[in-house]
Amino acid sequence: MLKDITIGKYVPARSPLHRLDPLVKIIFTAFYIAALFIINKPLPYAVFTAYTLIIMLISGIPVKMILKGARPMLWIFIFTAVFNVFMTTGETLWAFDIFSLSIKITREGVISGAVLTVRLFYLVIGTSLLTLTTSPLDLTDGIEKLLSPLQKIKVPSHEIAMMMTIAIRFIPTLSEETDKIMKAQTARGADFETGNIIRRAKAMLPLLVPLFISAFRRADDLAVAMESRCYSSGGKRTKMKECRFTSFDLRAVIIFAAATAALMTTQYML
Amino acid sequence: MIKTEKLCYSYEQDTPFERRALYDVDLEIRDGSITALIGHTGSGKSTLIQHFNGLLKPTSGKIIIDGDDITAPNADLKRIRRKVGLVFQYPEHQLFEETVYRDIAFGPKNMGLNKDEIDERVRKSAYLTGLDEKYLERSPFDLSGGQKRRAAIAGTLAMDPKVLILDEPTAGLDPKGGKDILSLIERLHTENKDMIIIFVSHSMEDVARIADRVVVMNEGRVETEGTTAQIFSNPNRLRGIGLDVPQVTLLADKLRSAGIGLPDDIYTVESAAREIAVRLGGDTHA
Ligand SMILES: Nc1ncnc2c1ncn2[C@@H]1O[C@H](COP(=O)(O)OP(=O)(O)OP(=O)(O)O)[C@@H](O)[C@H]1O
Ligand SMILES: [Mg+2]
Repeated sequence: MLKDITIGKYVPARSPLHRLDPLVKIIFTAFYIAALFIINKPLPYAVFTAYTLIIMLISGIPVKMILKGARPMLWIFIFTAVFNVFMTTGETLWAFDIFSLSIKITREGVISGAVLTVRLFYLVIGTSLLTLTTSPLDLTDGIEKLLSPLQKIKVPSHEIAMMMTIAIRFIPTLSEETDKIMKAQTARGADFETGNIIRRAKAMLPLLVPLFISAFRRADDLAVAMESRCYSSGGKRTKMKECRFTSFDLRAVIIFAAATAALMTTQYML
Repeated sequence: MIKTEKLCYSYEQDTPFERRALYDVDLEIRDGSITALIGHTGSGKSTLIQHFNGLLKPTSGKIIIDGDDITAPNADLKRIRRKVGLVFQYPEHQLFEETVYRDIAFGPKNMGLNKDEIDERVRKSAYLTGLDEKYLERSPFDLSGGQKRRAAIAGTLAMDPKVLILDEPTAGLDPKGGKDILSLIERLHTENKDMIIIFVSHSMEDVARIADRVVVMNEGRVETEGTTAQIFSNPNRLRGIGLDVPQVTLLADKLRSAGIGLPDDIYTVESAAREIAVRLGGDTHA
């Protein structure tokens, strides 16, 4: 049931992507997304697709699994595509009437529908690759480093990172818990899968009440455990595993920069 | 009767996280038996019992309950779940209703029974589990741990299952609470002679006290299976897979090797006390 969601899941492996400094990886992902929204011609899209394929292949993660992560988004893709195809005005390709509604499919609509869907798809792929190849701890480390310049203007970057670590840490626990409670209620004849929206929302109650109770109980336990080990937010901490910018990262940055430059050339020069 | 044939199961199949939990499990559990399922942590006990009411689908193999193949693609899972009641470990964590009464009524309501039938079942199962009527109108979250556990078990009993499966029903309870749950199981058994009761336990004492058959799991396979006496007559085999026999059996062994002629099927404190009392020529109602 919940097992298909790969966003936020980490798959340990040995790959260049896993080795990369998390901060560098986060910045790469940001550039990847920015580039995705800058390009708007066929050639850059082809180059971008090639890049994505290469990254997927060197990630050390089965391609099938990366693609599976996009599956929960399928309806959003379809909705975006359909919405765009019907709602964009422009040069009419095909017109017809349904229930006295005249519907026009335009050239611009088809193109923008296709482009948006492709963008969303790559967006999901890119971000899942980040979380699939970075352990949650490294990820928050990277975010903390990313935010640390903001400490000067009193942004509590350590606390934000701590909150994220805890939240990410509890995703698998809570999804396991959800699975357990769902099974327990199913064994008592609960039905989570059929019926209209209202019925289904009502059917969620036997799941949500125990889930919230258990989440609060866990939060409470964790708070007690942290306090009994004298956790306080102001303290200066060192790390057990320090992420350092290595020559490997430097090489990766150079390759990435070159690739980005090449992509931009195809977008603006050709 | 519950029968499994070459039952295999892997968690998260076809992902890098794939984990095999059951290998070729062949079992036969007869009507009217109390079967204990024992095995070390992670040996696949919880995984196995979740197959018996169709919550998990086997990767391969079959499960046949009273002649119905519940793994068939057209199997009526709702009917199977009515017939096979499953009480999870720490079932009190699944309580959610405003009152105990309504929580127990959740199962019967999902079965589509009418109000009177539901009322009858709720009261009957509350009575069976030893839950006083006065608790029925309270919030389940105001009960003690042991009472919550009873309320949760009552919720499953209210569906009037023919097969009752309990996953570590005494875990986390105090000795008295644990004993009460065991007596409840025994009472259910005497009241309904055809019922199949399966329970998972890490306490050899509990197993010796109420089970008539024992299935021993090890690393996802059925290591051995037999009557309680057969299983506990081979302590070394059990120790080899991280289990043991009841303490009192070891004591009886020691006494026997010290020359006191005790029978070799002593698994409960009661039977040991009785036999020793006989040897001492005293009162047999120890
Ligand atoms: N939801 C799950 N996802 C993946 N693997 C699981 C899941 N549940 C159990 N497993 C694995 O399957 C194996 C069998 O687990 P199971 O819970 O059946 O053991 P158990 O005999 O009930 O143990 P315990 O005595 O600790 O309750 C274990 O190796 C466990 O890690
Ligand atoms: Mg278990």
